[in-house]
Amino acid sequence: MMGNLLEHMGVDRDRIHFSWISSAEATKFVDVVKEISEKVRALGPNKKFVKDYNK
Amino acid sequence: MDTCIEKIRAIGADLLAKGTVEKVIGFADGSIPMATRPMALTSDKDVDKLVFNSVCGLNLANYVSKNSLSNKEGKIAVVAKGCDARNLVTHIVENQISREQIYIIGVPCTGMVDKRKIAALFDDEITGFEEHGDTLTITSASKTETVKKADVLRHNCRVCTHRNPPVYDVMAGDPVEEQTLDHPYEDVDQIAAMDLDARWAYFENLTKNCIRCYACRNACPLCYCPTCFVDESSPQWVGKGQNEIDVTTFHFLRAFHCAGRCTDCGACVEACPMGINVRDFTRKLNKDALELFGWEAGLVLDKRPPLDAYSPNDPNDFIK
Ligand code: SF4
Ligand code: SF4
Ligand code: SF4
Repeated sequence: MMGNLLEHMGVDRDRIHFSWISSAEATKFVDVVKEISEKVRALGPNKKFVKDYNK
Repeated sequence: MDTCIEKIRAIGADLLAKGTVEKVIGFADGSIPMATRPMALTSDKDVDKLVFNSVCGLNLANYVSKNSLSNKEGKIAVVAKGCDARNLVTHIVENQISREQIYIIGVPCTGMVDKRKIAALFDDEITGFEEHGDTLTITSASKTETVKKADVLRHNCRVCTHRNPPVYDVMAGDPVEEQTLDHPYEDVDQIAAMDLDARWAYFENLTKNCIRCYACRNACPLCYCPTCFVDESSPQWVGKGQNEIDVTTFHFLRAFHCAGRCTDCGACVEACPMGINVRDFTRKLNKDALELFGWEAGLVLDKRPPLDAYSPNDPNDFIK
């Protein structure tokens, strides 16, 4: 529901990831991080929900 | 609805006279026309101060002192519309108060009016407000307007499907007919139909006048944390100024803390001095709670809100 609300507010779904990884699941951790990185890289820099301290 | 008030007063007087309850929380006239305020009575002689009309938009569940259960406080009677009763149920389910400590005077509700809509009909200050059945007569120094209540209902009341309290000790009137809606979440779907950037712009525009007064939070019965996350200073979860991302963070998190608990009572919107429809955030959560968990808050005493309880059947395709 949190992801859905963020998406409803205009945040790209591919930037929001949830995963449950045990400390023993090293390969799963690597796979998930790879997938997230690829998805986020494909979207380019995020401009929403970023605080601009110069304003 | 005029008829309910005599019944409410009689019930209140009886409860206080017999000592069944320590106090009665109800609505009393406000200091300006077209306004009411919450009032706690301790003597049966004061019941004439109680009113019930179409401008009782606050939620009285908010005025039952939080942590009444742990403070072992005495019994309190509360005048409750459908939504107030649902928030009292939520208080009970969340152990803020016990069922025995509360006496629910249920009021079948035909909705509350949108005061901003009425004020918009006038250029000058409203000096009088009268209600006869479903006709409202509003006056100012320059003119008198007569409107049908149905035309000026608040949005949450237009889409309310629980006007009768689901749980009560006594009812102050005959149940009203519940509404059935063809398209209950039209407002949410309209936002969802926009593309991502347009949605972001919509919410930024929605909250651009927010002054961070937190009236929306304070009016909400769900917000009973002793220290709200926005007021914490170590750690400071969110900046305290007018930076738009801080404002958005506040609204996003306030809403999310109400996920699966919000009754769409509209008290938050009622309280906002800037006329911001903060329900745009909670409505999405209410829709999801209904679609994903078949859940509407505050209807039953024996089930916890969906995000508060685990079930193997919970939707979990979002998690990897
Ligand atoms: S939300 Fe429903 S119960 Fe609450 S004031 Fe509106 S019509 Fe009445
Ligand atoms: S968030 Fe608003 S509509 Fe929902 S329960 Fe709180 S005050 Fe009522
Ligand atoms: S009541 Fe209105 S102005 Fe005040 S914090 Fe809430 S949304 Fe902002």
